[in-house]
Amino acid sequence: MNINLTLISQMIAFAIFVAFCMKYVWPPIMKALDERATKIAEGLAAAERGQQEQEIGRQKALEEMKAAKAKAADIVAQAQKRYNEVMDEAKRDAQGEADRIKTAAHAEIEQETNRAREELRERMAALAVAAAEKVLEKEIDANAHKALINSFAKQL
Amino acid sequence: MATAELTASDYIQHHLTNLTLGWLPDQGLVFAHNAEEAAAMGFWALHIDSLLWSIGLGYLFLIGFRKVADNVTAGVPGRAQNFVEWIIDFVNENVRGSFSAKNDMVAPLALTIFAWVFLMNLMDLVPVDLIPWAFGQFMSLFGADPHHVFMRVVPTTDPNVTFGMALAVFFLVLYYSIKIKGVGGFVGELTLHPFGKFGIPANLVLEGISLLSKPLSLSLRLFGNMYAGEMIFILVALMYGHNMVLSLSGGALQLAWAIFHILIITLQAFIFMVLTIVYLDMAHQTDH
Repeated sequence: MNINLTLISQMIAFAIFVAFCMKYVWPPIMKALDERATKIAEGLAAAERGQQEQEIGRQKALEEMKAAKAKAADIVAQAQKRYNEVMDEAKRDAQGEADRIKTAAHAEIEQETNRAREELRERMAALAVAAAEKVLEKEIDANAHKALINSFAKQL
Repeated sequence: MATAELTASDYIQHHLTNLTLGWLPDQGLVFAHNAEEAAAMGFWALHIDSLLWSIGLGYLFLIGFRKVADNVTAGVPGRAQNFVEWIIDFVNENVRGSFSAKNDMVAPLALTIFAWVFLMNLMDLVPVDLIPWAFGQFMSLFGADPHHVFMRVVPTTDPNVTFGMALAVFFLVLYYSIKIKGVGGFVGELTLHPFGKFGIPANLVLEGISLLSKPLSLSLRLFGNMYAGEMIFILVALMYGHNMVLSLSGGALQLAWAIFHILIITLQAFIFMVLTIVYLDMAHQTDH
């Protein structure tokens, strides 16, 4: 347990070791540690950002879906309306057509009736003339009595 | 082991003598053959065993860490890097916790102290006779008497080693005190507290003692703990040479003390590191 040159040797060795550690050991490892810390911080920030973006995207998708739904409902409503309109129009058209056909038929019937009546009337006139000829049993000047006969026929 | 022709005090003496290389007036440059010769060599002698082990272990530490630093990656670390990062993180945390100024030297210094002192202390857990015995046998091949070949494997039980480190730290404290505060500031710190300028002699005595106690306590704490620990290992080892019961209980004691000693060697390395950081922090503080 003598104090001797060992003490100074130890001091020198200590100084050399510390210098070596300070120059070649500590800085590279510290640098790597700091780099990793930065990397991790960046990764965490990126994850955070990603999460936020995902949330925004979800929000957006939801909104878009809502809009699409509303639009679809709108389209369906419009189609319904148009359908009703078309139906109404078709109904109206059909009714009009039916009315027109009915009117035309009525008119024709009327016409036919009138014609038949005219014919009947002429026939009756001829019959009446014939009957009168027979009744009078004499020749009648048809031309002289035409006006009279016609007025008679008209009264039928 | 305590052999028949060797008394217990001889055995202990043998274990507490360093492998000393120095000048003897009548023999020239030789290894001391006994404790008296080692003492006679005076200051100009070297404890070859202390230096060999301390420098070897420091070299081992630096080579190991340097290897990791060479292949260091900021990505996924390997096992060795993980281990090194764990220690560096631990040291760095302590430095950041206790050292408030900015100095790039303090953290590597703290790491070197912690790892180196720990490794030197760790040698205490090597069975106390193993390396000295092997070295004695080895040297006897060259014609030396194993009883006069010394080998102490725990450098921190050599006060030269602990004082060397503590003095280096002390010089750093002085250097930074003067560098940060200037000569005037440092002298003022030593003379103007705590009693003001009318109590300069008393201040100087108080502050001088507190300054000088730093390296003294730093080195003596480590030396005392390790020396006492080694002494207990040696005393326990003395029990082996007797009968069965003593040998067995000696084994049990050895194991128990070794397990407890794991705590001490780590703690002492940690304390040495933390106190160094604190002393350097005080040297950097401008306001007392």
